[in-house]
Amino acid sequence: MAGSPPQAVGKVANVNRLGDLERAIMDILWGTGVSLTVREVSAHLTERDLAHTTVMTVLDRLAKKGFARRERDGRAWRYRPAATREAYVTELMLTALEQTGDRSAALARFARSVSGAEASVLRGALDEIEGDGGG
Amino acid sequence: MTGPADAALLAAVAIGSVRGSAALGAARWPRRSPGAAILLWQALGLAGGLAAVGALMEIGVPPGSSSVSNGVTRVAAAAAGGRLFTSGQPMLPVFLRLVSLVLGLALLAQLCWVLVASSVLVIWARRRQRALLALLAWGDPKAPGALVVDHPAAAAYCLPGLRSRIVVSVGALDLLRPAELAAVLAHERAHLRERHDLVVLPFTALRRAFGWSRICADAHQSVALLIEMLADDRALRARPARALAGALARFGTAGCAENAPAGALAVSGAAYEGDMAARVTRIMTPAPPLAYAVRLSIWCAATLIVVVPVAVLLLPN
Repeated sequence: MAGSPPQAVGKVANVNRLGDLERAIMDILWGTGVSLTVREVSAHLTERDLAHTTVMTVLDRLAKKGFARRERDGRAWRYRPAATREAYVTELMLTALEQTGDRSAALARFARSVSGAEASVLRGALDEIEGDGGG
Repeated sequence: MTGPADAALLAAVAIGSVRGSAALGAARWPRRSPGAAILLWQALGLAGGLAAVGALMEIGVPPGSSSVSNGVTRVAAAAAGGRLFTSGQPMLPVFLRLVSLVLGLALLAQLCWVLVASSVLVIWARRRQRALLALLAWGDPKAPGALVVDHPAAAAYCLPGLRSRIVVSVGALDLLRPAELAAVLAHERAHLRERHDLVVLPFTALRRAFGWSRICADAHQSVALLIEMLADDRALRARPARALAGALARFGTAGCAENAPAGALAVSGAAYEGDMAARVTRIMTPAPPLAYAVRLSIWCAATLIVVVPVAVLLLPN
């Protein structure tokens, strides 16, 4: 059990490290555009000295969370992103802009865009604020 | 003892809550002291729900029950023994009482259920947001304490919870001047610090459950606006009014040209002044908050509104 003391000390750090790895590996999957085996993903992570099993664990987590899809290729699994980065950004923003039709209290927006009479009131206010000597 | 007097008092509280909500929704003073107004909204909502459930159940339990729960137990025992309609007793009053009791229990169950269901939906949505942000967002020295998402539309929001986040889009960073961005972040931090999401949640749940109810929709809209005004006030303690109002005005007008979803925004009625315009006007030409004595009486009224139905339901008389 040579590896256990550092893990016990840095459990939180370990979680953060896994989070960072998930992100780095998703960046690789998004960047290459083809499905990759664990070994190929590891090869892209050249600057990190990572165990094969660690990369496999992270890819497995990403698949479980639905961010990666995997398919059998001979004896290995190949991984690819479940959706493009842009699709995920769009999902974030649609929720944020409350255009999903769901009035959830999941988050609180600072402001929303307006139209018509209200917009002209706001434009007037903005002119007044900027006329006051700039912001 | 339960009885017609208690049922009448509870019904009066329920009707009073509905009337009071309508009056509060139409009143102008809440924007002067949003905190006091929110407390009153909460009291009206809680009292209205308790009183409506309580009145239906008071009517529904058999005469001579020592309490509502005792009455429910008696009815349940009678139903289990097949003795709901005993011979020699007039059927109609028993039947009507039973209908009232079932309605009361159903209303109570629905109120509890929508609160739980809304909370679960919110927790799921936040978990999804956090997972996406972990993969997509990054920190930026221009927006200290916030996460940045690469999207051209202007947006700033906070994700409340134990692991709270403030998120701004690249579009918002481009749109706002540094002082304005600082005011936006102060506003969002106030939401997170004071857990405003927990205030709005029950009203969102009510609106979801009773979508047909004008009162529920108005209550939700009023509370949502008052919460924003409260966060504006907190931001103004540390940030200049011009920066906050400027940020609001820029956000409000930014989306007009390209991404205004006409269907989503055209729902406002004719008398609708516009929440964004109301906030900007309020920041630029502030009215003094209500006097301390007035706020104190609002707090007392809010307490009384809740204590009356609770006392009627709990105290033996």
